[in-house]
Amino acid sequence: MKVSELAALTEAAFLTAVPDDKEVTCGYTCDLLSWVMAHGDEGMAWVTVQTHMNVVAVAVLADMACIVLPENVKMEGEALDKALSEGMAVLSSPLTAYEICGRLAGAGVPGRAQ
Amino acid sequence: MEALIHEVYPVASADYTSAGHASADIKKKLKMLGVGGDVLRRVAVASYEVELNLVIHSQGGHLDLNVFPDRVELVSEDVGPGIPDLSLAMREGWSTANEEARSLGFGAGMGLPNMKRNADEFDIQSEVGKGTVIRMGFRLA
Repeated sequence: MKVSELAALTEAAFLTAVPDDKEVTCGYTCDLLSWVMAHGDEGMAWVTVQTHMNVVAVAVLADMACIVLPENVKMEGEALDKALSEGMAVLSSPLTAYEICGRLAGAGVPGRAQ
Repeated sequence: MEALIHEVYPVASADYTSAGHASADIKKKLKMLGVGGDVLRRVAVASYEVELNLVIHSQGGHLDLNVFPDRVELVSEDVGPGIPDLSLAMREGWSTANEEARSLGFGAGMGLPNMKRNADEFDIQSEVGKGTVIRMGFRLA
């Protein structure tokens, strides 16, 4: 699944316009950054309510495909600028983290990269 | 053996805005040298964890990157406060992060265990009142 397909599936809007429509290899949800660092995978779609600079740093360092913010949470300012400059897709969905992950799992996105 | 790259990144205490800059630069430099895959990922995770530990827990310090033909070395050195009980600090889930750090999603107590898990060599020395030195080595295949 591509990030653009994930956006459609989760009714999400892109907060960053990135040229690269990356392949999503797996999904994850957690708001503890160090925990995510330990379990992050390349191509991961990460669902989190955290929106500060370090979220972008973790996603970029782990080569993730996108950050998905649930319940219309928005990322703003420096963090969004950083995501843009790093080419990291940031999406905002009206669904809850639970519903987002449910839809991803239902569409065959695994919890770990295969 | 002489290092191909020797870089020193100063890291300030409680500077959450700049946190991650050193790790991002380290990853970029290694990528340019052709380091990729598993090793690059492990260095990226470990460098981020050690950089964030300096931000969250130290009174300031620096993170050094040394790249040799066959290995990557990360050395973190701070000016305090030092860790009273290393075995407790190494335990998964144990954290002394303050409220500000926790509100940002840090303080899972995974930092040091994550470093140890990702590095091929890991050494930590700490003295209360003096500071902490962490050395990590990564073999380049």
